[in-house]
Parts: sequence; C-alpha cells; structure tokens
Amino acid sequence: MSLIEVNNLFKIFGKNPTKAQKMLAEGYSKDQILSKLQATVAVNDASFTVEQGELFVVMGLSGSGKSTLIRCLNRLIEPTSGRVIIDGAEVTKMDHNALQDLRRQKISMVFQGFAVFPHMTVLENTAYGLKIRGLPLKERNQKAYETLEMVGLKGWENYYPDQLSGGMKQRVGLARALATEPDILLMDEAFSALDPLIRKEMQNELIQLQNTVRRTIVFITHDLDEALKIGDRIALMKDGAIVQIGTPEEILMNPASNYVEKFVEDVDRSRVLTAEMVMKKPIAVVTYPKDGPRVALRCMRENGISSIFAVDNRFRLQGIVMAEDALEAVEQNQKDLTQILNRDISTVKPDTILKDLFSLLSQNNLPLAVVDNENRLLGIIVRGSVMAKLAEGGGADD
Amino acid sequence: MIDFFIPVADWINTAFDAISLSISPTLRTISAFLETIIKGFENILLWPPEVVILVLASILVWRVAGAKLAVFAFLGLLATIGMDVWQETMATVALALSGTLVSLLFAIPLGILASQSNTAERIIRPILDFMQTLPSFVYLIPAVMFFGMGKVAALVATMIFAMPPPVRLTNLGIREVSHEMVEAARSFGSNRWQTLVDVQLPLAMPTIMAGVNQCIMMALSMTVIASMIGAGGLGLVVLRSMQTLDIGMGTVGGLGIVILAIILDRLTESIAGDNRNNR
Repeated sequence: MSLIEVNNLFKIFGKNPTKAQKMLAEGYSKDQILSKLQATVAVNDASFTVEQGELFVVMGLSGSGKSTLIRCLNRLIEPTSGRVIIDGAEVTKMDHNALQDLRRQKISMVFQGFAVFPHMTVLENTAYGLKIRGLPLKERNQKAYETLEMVGLKGWENYYPDQLSGGMKQRVGLARALATEPDILLMDEAFSALDPLIRKEMQNELIQLQNTVRRTIVFITHDLDEALKIGDRIALMKDGAIVQIGTPEEILMNPASNYVEKFVEDVDRSRVLTAEMVMKKPIAVVTYPKDGPRVALRCMRENGISSIFAVDNRFRLQGIVMAEDALEAVEQNQKDLTQILNRDISTVKPDTILKDLFSLLSQNNLPLAVVDNENRLLGIIVRGSVMAKLAEGGGADD
Repeated sequence: MIDFFIPVADWINTAFDAISLSISPTLRTISAFLETIIKGFENILLWPPEVVILVLASILVWRVAGAKLAVFAFLGLLATIGMDVWQETMATVALALSGTLVSLLFAIPLGILASQSNTAERIIRPILDFMQTLPSFVYLIPAVMFFGMGKVAALVATMIFAMPPPVRLTNLGIREVSHEMVEAARSFGSNRWQTLVDVQLPLAMPTIMAGVNQCIMMALSMTVIASMIGAGGLGLVVLRSMQTLDIGMGTVGGLGIVILAIILDRLTESIAGDNRNNR
C-alpha cells in the first residue's frame, strides 16, 4: 500500500468553488473560469501515489499550483474536493484534533523562505515540533542536539537565526522538520532561495540523508535539474494539473506532452552526451582467471561497491561478479571465479548517446560496461552517476 | 425650506438618565475598582519622601534606557520639586499610569481578538474610529454623569482616549507576522493558542510596544483635559492659570508635563527597541 494516496484533488480559490468545479468538468479552461467566476483553479484533478521511502518530486513553473498541492497534503490549505489518504487514514475527512495529531506525529514541512522563528535560538527552533508534541524540555533538547549534529550545525545551538547564513537557516528548517522523526517530509521549494553552490551542497546532503534513513519525501521545485538529480519519481504540473508522472529517465526520454518536452529541451544534453563522457574509470577490476573470489570480495569492500567487472590480462571484458556470489564462493572455498562469473552483461560503445543508455540502465540494476571494438573495458556507467551528470549541467569537461 | 428637527440631545439625555439609574450598583463597583488603582499608584508615588522616588525613578530609567535619559529624568524631576509641583506631577503620573494600565488591560485582548477573527475586527474597528474622532470634551460629560466629578471619571475618559492605538497596533502587529511563520507553526500541529503565544505575539511585540508607547502618551495628554472634571495634578495647575491668566504658573504646569512626556516616551521606546534587538 502506498504511504500517500491522492485522488482527484481539486483546489479552487474564490467565491464559488463548486460552480467552478462544475465548469471544469464541462471543459471550460482555467482562464474562462477566472474571468466568469473570479475563481482561480489552483489544483485541477490531481491524482498520484507516493510509496514508502520514495523521494517524490512535484515540479512545475510558478503558478502551476504545486505549492497549493503540497499544502493540501497536510491541509494547511483546505482542498475543495478529492481525497488525501496517508498511511491508510483519510486526511481530508479528519477532524481538527486528528489533523493536529497527524501534523504532530507524522508529517513535517520545510519552507521556501525557511520560516525559522527569529525570536528563538537554533536549538529552540529545532525543538519546536517536539515542544508542540509535549515532550519535556530535556528530552526535546537532547533530540534537537542530535538532529543539529546530523545537519552539520553542531556548535550553533545557541545562536539566533539572524546570525546565520541562508544555507544555515535552511539547515535549521530541515533540522526542525527532521527532529520529530516524521514519516513524511514535505519540502516546498526548500532549496530555491539558496545560491547555486549551497543549493547543490544541500541537494547532495539530502541524498546522503536519504541513504542513511529513507524517509518519504514530497519535494516541490521549479528546477528540472534539481528534480532530475534528487527525484525517484517526478510529477510535472501545469496549470494545476499533473501532466506526467515518471522516473527521471521516463520524463527525459518520453515527454508526455509539448509542455514537458519544452522543459526537457533544456536538458537535451541527454541526446548530446555520450557514454564516454559520463563513464567512470574502471578503478576496481579483477583479473580472470587469475584472481579468486577472496580477491574480488576484498576489492569490492575496499571500493564500497556491490559488483565488480572481471577482465583478462589484456583488459578484455569477461563478465561481472556480484558481492553476494563472491561471499558464497568464499564460504564454499571455491578457488576461482568460473562458477560465479556472470557473462551475460550489457555493454555499450563509447559513442553511444545517453538517451540509449537509459533503457539499458533501467532494465537491470547492474552497471553498464563501456568497451571498445576489441571488447576492452574502458569505463563503467552506473545509474546514479548519469543522473548526477545530467543535473550538474552537462559536465562533459571533467 | 426643510423644516424638521431630530431631538438627538433629548434622546441621549433620557437614555442616559435611564441607564445611569439602572446600572448604578454596577457603576459603583467599577468606580471603586478604578479608584483603588489610582489611589494605589498615588500612594506608592507620594507616600515616601520625594528624594526616594526621585532616586528610584532615576535608577529605573538608567537600568532600562541608559545613563543619558537617567540624568535627564533626575534633573527634570528635581526641577518639579524646585518648582513646587511635585505633588501635582506625581498625581499626574499616577493617573497616566493607571489610565495606561486599565487601557492595556482591555486593549491588548481586544487587539488579539481582532487579529484572530475578521468579524471581530469589523465590529471593533468602527468603535475605535468613533472613540478616536469624537472630540474628547464630548465624553467628559457622560464620564461625569456616570462616575461624578473626580479622578475616576478622569480615568474613564483617559481610557476611552488612550485605548484605540494599542488595540489597532496589537491587531496590526499580529496580522503582519509573515504568513509562512504562521504556516510553519501550524504545520507542526500548533493549535491557535500555541501559534499565538509561541509565534505571533513575540513577533508582533515591537508593534505592540509601539502601541503601548502611544497609549502612555495619549493618557498623559488626556490628564490635562481631564483636569476639567477633577483629575487634579499638573492639568489642574494649567487649568487654574488659564482661569487666572497666570502665564508663569501655566508655564510651570506645562513644563512638568513636557518633562514627564519625554521621560515616559523615551523609556517605552527603549523597551520596544530592546524587544526588536532580541529577535
């Protein structure tokens, strides 16, 4: 079951939302409704699900209704109609107390303008959610200290937000949201107000955080690069409606409409970049048949990888060895890699364009091998590094 | 020619007679309560020897607003002793402070109420407009009718006069708190009260303090006008010198009020300033 489920959600601002919704159903456009009823359609029939542990990005231009949408999830904004179901409970039907409880226990939010309280210290800010939850001072401070250390603000506990830079303020915002250990984190353009360098740093840290404790995150952004870099799946919004939902690859490769295509045009480097530009040097390989499973296992451990390519003494690709197989082989005291060598692997040429890599990458979880005409291993491509490369803005220069 | 007559004056007089008769027990209670407050302040200020109050006041000013204003306060208050209007000055301070206290007692809750509900704001606002535009002399009369000549009537008149600014500024200050701050508080499950106490009131404090400052200033200026209905104090000095065309005495009364005004204004301003710096 999905953690968040949104069904046919509408939000219409203005005097006559019911009538506006009827007009929408009859096929009137957003502009027609605005001029006839002075009603603004902010969210138009949005439906999607977010899985446990997923980083779900909602992306759209300003005015596309994405900020309204995210506020409907915790009902900071009351949806006009539709259903929001979180962890099996229907949020849209909750009474005041149940809603307050949901916000205290399960959801927290990070804001574009940081919204850290200027009259509270960093520590007090971080402990705010726990204070509202009713935790005693000592416990909540303890938790706040830990969370601040996690976001890299150790030592700043007693400063006021005025004394902090923008990036640090948002770290406080993030710490405040994380301190309550919520199931769901709502991030509304959380990094948009930061300068590009700090933004990239924060994105990386968010990815790092996700690697340690996987939280379910709904992340709003107007920046496609950001969406591609951090999103597990992306929903594209236009005029309040969701135009397409998919993984970054799907969005890049099969834009569902002109609108999406226009966005993606900016990222057209996917059609320009080649395998050679995004591959990593094969630093860790084992030689087959010389090396045994022990060597392979140690090599993987040293490099922190879960699979390793095997080449012969002329660096020609022989296959791939998985860590779990190597471990088994070691336990069974096998001397060479013959039994565990997987020869059925996808290879690409250095001049294969990125667009064609995506389908190969999404088919299996193994890294791709880049080989020359004589099957010599030139480089390795893993999914993460491709997306990172794209998000970094081409980066063919390094 | 249009020939008709609306007997507003008659209506009001009849109504007031009826009202004052029917609610006179309540009025007596209120009157006694207000009198206790004024008397309390007066006793505190007039019971000890002048020098004690002079020194204590200067120290207080020094702690709150710094040495410069403390020197001014010391010399200014010393001058009122020299001009032989100490009693009157302290009576005026007592009235102004009780006026402020009672005003704020109503004004701040009203301001908070107005900030929380648009309906409340719509009701309160025209009443404030009415209170502020009505010439102050006009409500001296009902004040006297309800409470008789004397300090209590003066206090009531002062209250009506001094209440609107803090109500407005409290309301404004709370409404001006950035929407995102309020959203942030709510997103963590704060209820209305928690949002108000933890976020809105602290962030609105500089504006609210500006309202308190206004309140004190207006209460002080009202004490002069209210001398006509028996407020006493420096206002009475001014009033008497007007009646006897005694320019010298009038100047003495005026100076006393100016000295008080400067001290009280700077004092509250620096409290408001401290509040801003703490943010």
